[in-house]
Amino acid sequence: MHFEWMMIPYSLLTLFIVVNYGLLLTALMQKIGARVGRRYGIPIWQNYIDLVKNYGLRSSITHGVMFYLGPVFRLSGGVGLLLFVPTIYGSVMFSNLSFAGDLILALYFVFFGALGMALGAGESGHPHAAIGVSRGLSQMTAAELPFALAVFAVALQYQTLSITEIVAAQQGAVLHWTLFTNPFAVAAAMLSFLGSMMRPPFDLVLAPQEIPIGPPTEYHSSYLALMQTNRVIFPIAKIVIYMNLFFGGAASWPVFFLKVFLIYLFSLFVGVAFPRFRVEQSIRWFLVWALPLGIVAIVLV
Amino acid sequence: MKAELEKRIVKGPDGIEFEVDPLQDYYCQEAPTVMPAAYSKIVEGFFNWARAESLWILGFGTGCGAIEMRPLMTPRFDAYRYGVQWRPTPRQANLFIISGYLSVKTLKRAIRSYEQMQNPKYVIGLGSCTINGGMYWDSYNTLKRLDYYLPVDLYIAGCMPRPEALLQGFEDLKEIIRAGKGEGANQYAQYFDWYKMNQKQVIHDWDMPDYNW
Amino acid sequence: MRELYAKLNRLFPLGELTERRSNLAFITLTAEYLRPVLLHLRDREGFSHLVLLTAVDWLEEGQFQLSYLLSDRANGRDIGLRLMLPRDGASMESIHDLWPTAATYQRELREMFGIDFPGSPRINEEFILEGWTDIPPYRRDFDTLKFAQENFVARPGRETWDPARHMKDQLYPDGA
Repeated sequence: MHFEWMMIPYSLLTLFIVVNYGLLLTALMQKIGARVGRRYGIPIWQNYIDLVKNYGLRSSITHGVMFYLGPVFRLSGGVGLLLFVPTIYGSVMFSNLSFAGDLILALYFVFFGALGMALGAGESGHPHAAIGVSRGLSQMTAAELPFALAVFAVALQYQTLSITEIVAAQQGAVLHWTLFTNPFAVAAAMLSFLGSMMRPPFDLVLAPQEIPIGPPTEYHSSYLALMQTNRVIFPIAKIVIYMNLFFGGAASWPVFFLKVFLIYLFSLFVGVAFPRFRVEQSIRWFLVWALPLGIVAIVLV
Repeated sequence: MKAELEKRIVKGPDGIEFEVDPLQDYYCQEAPTVMPAAYSKIVEGFFNWARAESLWILGFGTGCGAIEMRPLMTPRFDAYRYGVQWRPTPRQANLFIISGYLSVKTLKRAIRSYEQMQNPKYVIGLGSCTINGGMYWDSYNTLKRLDYYLPVDLYIAGCMPRPEALLQGFEDLKEIIRAGKGEGANQYAQYFDWYKMNQKQVIHDWDMPDYNW
Repeated sequence: MRELYAKLNRLFPLGELTERRSNLAFITLTAEYLRPVLLHLRDREGFSHLVLLTAVDWLEEGQFQLSYLLSDRANGRDIGLRLMLPRDGASMESIHDLWPTAATYQRELREMFGIDFPGSPRINEEFILEGWTDIPPYRRDFDTLKFAQENFVARPGRETWDPARHMKDQLYPDGA
């Protein structure tokens, strides 16, 4: 990897754009969800206010070192994921710190935040947190399987582990996208995508009516604000990977915004249409429906 | 007092016996302290604006008034438009609505929930029961004045007040917060002994620590 | 219901029958026949559901009245069994082995009226009240107003209106 000092401010600029876009996008998604219920929902700038308020709370308590580190791990998982994948294809400014083997690193970072969170939430000592973490990790393991298979299928297909090269191979026409060249891998990955977006029918980690609200139960003020920041970065970082691997990447910011919005919308549409699964139903669903698609994708490649 | 809260000898997994006093060992013993505002008036004003526009209500219904809070989430009233959201855990909430009558037994839970919320925090007394006992003025277990036990920022009168009244109450509370007068948490810390005295007067079996941060 | 009463009366010495509706009747009986009558109703007559168990305080007579309400869902009829207990040291046989739900009612009666049901599960645990020190609050010799005034701080300025007199004053200010 060729490194220049200028890449650091460029990466920070990417981060800045993504955080702001994420704050607005998450609120927009909530608004769309609310419109389905014939409500108007939160104002579009509500996430900014919530963030300021949580940073501005005067008191906070701790349950131990891991309790501090949980949100930090989570945030570094999201930020790391974002920084090691090229956000805009062909742009020197927004290729971030991508390098030849970044696909493997990205796969690792997807898991990293959740593990940190599990440790932090475990230390908070709240029973709901423990239940939420165990649900989350088991569901994530099931959901990651088809995703990993799809990623390997794509890597085999293009004979590379560099996201930039995968994007490069998809340029030219819409029909060059992985979506059309390897539809089974994309289908498997998109089903797995549902599992990681914390929306129904796979929101059994937070499960607002069962174990309110799962792992972050004990988190408050600045800790919660850190996690909120991650909640807006992480889905976008994850969608960026999807966009790059399967939907031809983005060559400019407007295309980026549009594609991320549409991919995010997919999980929202599924979310407003279906009620929540139980843990065993969810895991069985991933293993029965998504996993075979992933295997087919690998076999066909 | 419950058996699990009593002082006892416990044998650890390594065979060493030690004494456990749950109320001393499991909880923090420090009383709350008065938290100063931000050093600069502009910053504090900005924070107060954010606090006012982002009211997170603790999802804890103490009495029948809780039924009037539910419609606020529905399309007809949709309080989310005004920055009002519900949080299921006291750690993340900053507004506690005592919704209707508060019995002695519920007061215990209300105190614990209130003390777990983070400074600054606000309390709304909903319905006549919190003001002067309302129709439960001669009841054997309903408190008649909420402000003797928790610092109240705002009362919404009625039996029950309609959801519209609640929305108006939120707007009034926002004005109070923006003006920097929503200092219930600091008031609670400052007159902690007085509040505790009142609370212990009605709760005869005090089986919790004096302060649950 | 009369047929049922006649049938029961041949087996057990029962008190009077009070019919409320065609499908709801109350039978008075003495405490020692409660269990056989309940068993008979449950196992032979199809009254499989214990709807409620509650008490009334007859302070002037010095007695508690216990009411067991049973329901026969298949035939859509209900029957209530009433019995009297002496108020001092009130104690009654527990029926938690017939209907497990009865244990909850019995805990409530133990706490709110002070009626003992020996052998009922968790009978002496606190049910609704916590740290109650006075006499059981549903007894009629318990003065709730006095208790509330002594224990809870009142907000001054509260006025109480007698609704009948208030409306009369409003509508007929001349006192007609």
